[in-house]
Amino acid sequence: MSSHSQISPIAASQNRSFPFSAIVGQDEMKTALMVAAIDPTIGGVLIFGDRGTGKSTAVRALASLLPLMTVVAGCRFNCDPATRTSGCALCQNTGQGERSREALARTAFVPVPVVDLPLGATEDRVVGALDLERALTRGDKAFEPGLLARANRGFLYIDEVNLLEDHLVDLLLDVAGSGENVVEREGLSIRHPARFVLVGSGNPEEGELRPQLLDRFGLSVEVTTPQDVKTRVEVVRRRDAFEREPEAFIARWQPEDARASASIAAARERIRGVEVSDAALERAAELCIAIGTDGLRGELTLIRAARAVAALDGTHAVSDDHIRRVAPSALRHRLRRDPLDEAGSGARVARVIEGIFGA
Amino acid sequence: MTRAGGATSADAGQPADNQADAKHADVARAAWRQAVLAAELFAIDPARLGGIVVTALAGPVRDRWLDIARGLLPSNAPVRKVPLNVTDERLLGGLDLAATLATGRAMAETGLLAEVDGGVVIVPMAERMTGGLAARVTAALDQGRVAIERDGLGLSFPSRFGVIALDERMSDDEATPASLRDRLAIHCDLRALSMRDAAGGTDEDQGRSRDVITARARLASIVVSDDVIEALVGAAAVLGIASLRAPMLAVAAARASAALAGRPVVTQDDLARAVGLVLAPRATRLPPINEQNDEQPDDRTENPENRSEPDVAGQEQQNGQDQRQLDDMLIEAVRAALPAALLAQLQCQGTSRAKGNAAGKSGVERKVLNRGRPIGVSRRAPRGGARLDLVATLRAAAPWQQVRRNARAAAASGSGVPTGSQRVEVRSEDFRTKRFRQRTESTTIFAVDASGSTALDRLAEAKGAVELLLADCYVRRDQVALIAFRGKVAELLLPPSRSLVRAKRCLASLPGGGGTPLASGIDAARALAEAVARKGQTPVIVLLTDGRANVGRTAKGGRPAAEADAKDAARALGLTGTRTLVIDTSPRSEPFARTLADAMRARYIALPFASSHTLSEAVRSEIQDER
Repeated sequence: MSSHSQISPIAASQNRSFPFSAIVGQDEMKTALMVAAIDPTIGGVLIFGDRGTGKSTAVRALASLLPLMTVVAGCRFNCDPATRTSGCALCQNTGQGERSREALARTAFVPVPVVDLPLGATEDRVVGALDLERALTRGDKAFEPGLLARANRGFLYIDEVNLLEDHLVDLLLDVAGSGENVVEREGLSIRHPARFVLVGSGNPEEGELRPQLLDRFGLSVEVTTPQDVKTRVEVVRRRDAFEREPEAFIARWQPEDARASASIAAARERIRGVEVSDAALERAAELCIAIGTDGLRGELTLIRAARAVAALDGTHAVSDDHIRRVAPSALRHRLRRDPLDEAGSGARVARVIEGIFGA
Repeated sequence: MTRAGGATSADAGQPADNQADAKHADVARAAWRQAVLAAELFAIDPARLGGIVVTALAGPVRDRWLDIARGLLPSNAPVRKVPLNVTDERLLGGLDLAATLATGRAMAETGLLAEVDGGVVIVPMAERMTGGLAARVTAALDQGRVAIERDGLGLSFPSRFGVIALDERMSDDEATPASLRDRLAIHCDLRALSMRDAAGGTDEDQGRSRDVITARARLASIVVSDDVIEALVGAAAVLGIASLRAPMLAVAAARASAALAGRPVVTQDDLARAVGLVLAPRATRLPPINEQNDEQPDDRTENPENRSEPDVAGQEQQNGQDQRQLDDMLIEAVRAALPAALLAQLQCQGTSRAKGNAAGKSGVERKVLNRGRPIGVSRRAPRGGARLDLVATLRAAAPWQQVRRNARAAAASGSGVPTGSQRVEVRSEDFRTKRFRQRTESTTIFAVDASGSTALDRLAEAKGAVELLLADCYVRRDQVALIAFRGKVAELLLPPSRSLVRAKRCLASLPGGGGTPLASGIDAARALAEAVARKGQTPVIVLLTDGRANVGRTAKGGRPAAEADAKDAARALGLTGTRTLVIDTSPRSEPFARTLADAMRARYIALPFASSHTLSEAVRSEIQDER
C-alpha cells in the first residue's frame, strides 16, 4: 500500500456493519456464507434475489464473524506461514529480495480480509500495478498489490456482479480458476497467489450472469422477500434500531455474533474429522444424476458443503439431512438452463430432492 | 404545523358555479401541497429518506417545486447535478492528471459523489439512466461512502446524500431504474399540475424553511413505537409492496413528519402522510377496503372524506382475513392517505414496473471501435480504427514519468546522447482507446394475431413458434417484447424485457377470439420498433398473422376498409426499414399474408412449413443482416 493515508473501504464499513446474527431469516444465504467461511475451497457464493433483502448486508456482516488468520508478518499477500511454498515470491525465498529467515518466522494474526470490488474499478487496481507514489516521487519501479492480493485467503465481494464490466469478469475468471495473479508490464513481472472466496450478489432483473462466471460459484442462493408480516415487522424494527443507535445495537447482538463466530472456528477445526460414508456419496451422485448436472463439480461441491454443514452442526458424519440442506444451493445453478421453465431451477431441484429423500 | 398537514382542510370555500372544475382544482392543489410536504420531509432528513422521484416534464411547475426543495436544504449543503453521460472519473473520482503531472505526486481528484456528501444529488432525465450509473449511485447510498479503486488509487470517501430524480417520462415504457426508485422514499407526480395550482408567495417559503430547520433539530428525539412499524409494514403488505425498503423508508418519513409537526412521538397523522407519500405510489394492488369501490373510482377520488360508515363495515367483513392482521389505526391511515387517482396511478405503476424488470439498457454492452455511444476506455493500441483517448493515455503514462526519465538518463550517460528532459514520455503500452457501445443489442418484437380468424389451434401453433424463437433469443441475449392484437385494438403485453419467463407467461395467458385489427397491430409494432431504435438498439419484428384483417384503424369492422388500412400500415412499416419477418399462420397457403409481407418488405414464412429450425434460422439471418 502506498504511503498516502488511505481509508480502506472495508475496514471503514466493518466497524459499523449490521450484525450477522441480527439478520432475520434468510437461512439459506446465511448457511451458504458460513459454509464458505468454513471451507473456502467450496468456490464462492452467489446471492441472487429481490431488492432490499439484505444481500450485501449479510456479506459485509460476515467479515466480523471470521476468525483471525495467521500470516507472515508484513507480507502484502497474506501468505500463510504454514504453507509458505505456495506463497508469494518473497515468502518462498525465491527470486528477488528474499526474506530473511527471521522475517519469515515472524507471524501476525489479522482479520480475514473481505475486500469490496466496487463498480467502476479499473483493471490496474484489481490486479495491482505500479506503486504510484514511489514511481512519481522517487522514480522507483515498485509493484503495488491490487485487490486480488488483498483478498488472498479471504473474500472478494462484488455487489451487482451482473453489472461488472466484461474485461474485469475475464480477469476474475482467469484468476479464480488458477488461484494465481500474474502481472506483466514494462519490467514489472509479478506473480502471486490469489486464492479467495468469490462472493457475488445481484438482482436478476438487472441482467443475467455470464455462464462461465456462474459456473465459478460453488454455491448459489436465491433470496426472496419474506412474505410473513411478523417477519417483515421484525426486519424493519431491527433495521430502524440499528440506524438510530448503531453502536448500542451492535453491542446488543455481540454475544450472538460471538457465538456464531466461535461455531465457525470450531467447525473449521472439526471438518477434517467429518466422515463421508459411501452411502452419502451415493446419495449425492444419485441426486446429481437425477437433476442432470453437467460434470462432477456439482457432486464435489455438494459433498464439501454437506461436510461443512455437518461440522457446523458438531457431528462427525455427513447425513442425508446435511446433503438435503445444502443441495439447493450447490446444484440450482448447475442445471442445464431451460430459460422457459417458469418454476425456476430452485423448484426443480426441490422436486428432485423430494423424489429421492421422500417428502 | 398546520399548513403542510391539511391536504383536505384548506380551500373549502370554492364558489360552486362550476363544480367539476372546482373539484379538479382542489385535487390539484392537494397534490401540490403533497409535493411541497414531500420537499419538506426530504429536506429534514435527506440521507435517511434516500430521496424523491419527481415525475414531471421540465416546466414552470417543476422549476417552482425544485426551487422550493432547494430552498429548504441547509444553506451549506452541496447540490450537484449528475448528467447522464457522467464518466467514472467525474462521478467516483480518480487520479487528477493535471495535478499529478504538475506536482509529480499522486493527486486524487474527488468525484461528484464524494463532493456531495451531506447534500443532494439531482439526476435530470432519470428515466434514461443506465443500470450501471444507477448501481454506482445506489452503492454509495447504501454504504454512505464511495469506494474508489481506480488509476492506482484505492480510496474511500464519506458520501451521505439524498437524490432528487427528475423523471421526465413521456410514456410508461420508460422509468427511473427500479433499483434507484426502490431506495428513494418519496415518489410524486406533478404531471397533472399547472402553474395555477402551484401558487404561493415567498413569505410562505420562508416560513417553511424555518419549520424545516426546527424539525431537523428535533428529529433525533422522535419516538417511533412498535405499533407504528407494525402499521407501516402491514400497510405495505396490504398494498402489495414486496420490497422491505418501502416500510423502512416509510418509518423514516413518518419520523420526519412528526418532527415537522413538532410532535414528540409519531402519530396517526404522520402515518397517514408516510403512507401517502411513500407507500401509496408503490402500491401494486388496491387495499381491500376499496374493492367494492373499484367500479366507481371517480366517486372515491372526489369524495375521499365522504365514504360512509356502512360501506366500511361491509368491507371489513369481506376482507376479514387481511384486516384482522391490521389494527384500526392502520386502516384509518391507509384510508386517509390514499391519493386521489390511485387507480390511474396503479395502471402507470404496472407498466413502469414492467419496464423496471426489463432494465435491458444495463445488459451486455458490445464493444466496437469507432462508433456509437462512448462507454469507457480500454487498453489497446489505437489500431484498426480504434480512437485514442488522449486523457486516459496520459493518465496511464503519468506514473511512469520519473521511472522512464531515470532509465533514459542512465542510458544516455552511457552513450553520451543528450536526453530530451521534461517532455512527457508516452509508450505504446500506455495507449488507451475509447470504447463505444454498438447498436447490435437487438430487441425482437413479437406481434401476435390472436383473433378469431386465427383459429384457436392455429394460435396454439403460433404460440409454439414464438416459444421456439424465445429460446433462441435467450441464446442471443436479445430482449423480447410482445404485442397481441385481437378484438378492436392492439395491446403491448410485454415491453422490451430480457425476462423470457415473463414473455412466456404473457404468451400463455393470451386468449384468442374476436376481430383482427391488423392495422393497429402493425402500427403498434412499428411504434415500438421506433422507440427501440431510438434507444440505440436494433429492432426486429416478427409478425404472426394470417393476414385477414377485418377491423380497421378506427376500430370499425368491415373487411375492405380494414384490409386497406392494414396495407397502409404495412407500407409505413416497410418505409422505416425495420427488419421484419412475417409468419403466416393460415392453415392453407393463401396470398394475404404474403402480400402483406411484400408491402412491408418483410421476409415471409408459412407456418405449416416452418420447422423450429427454419424459424430460428430465419430470425437469426434477419438479425445478422442488420449487423
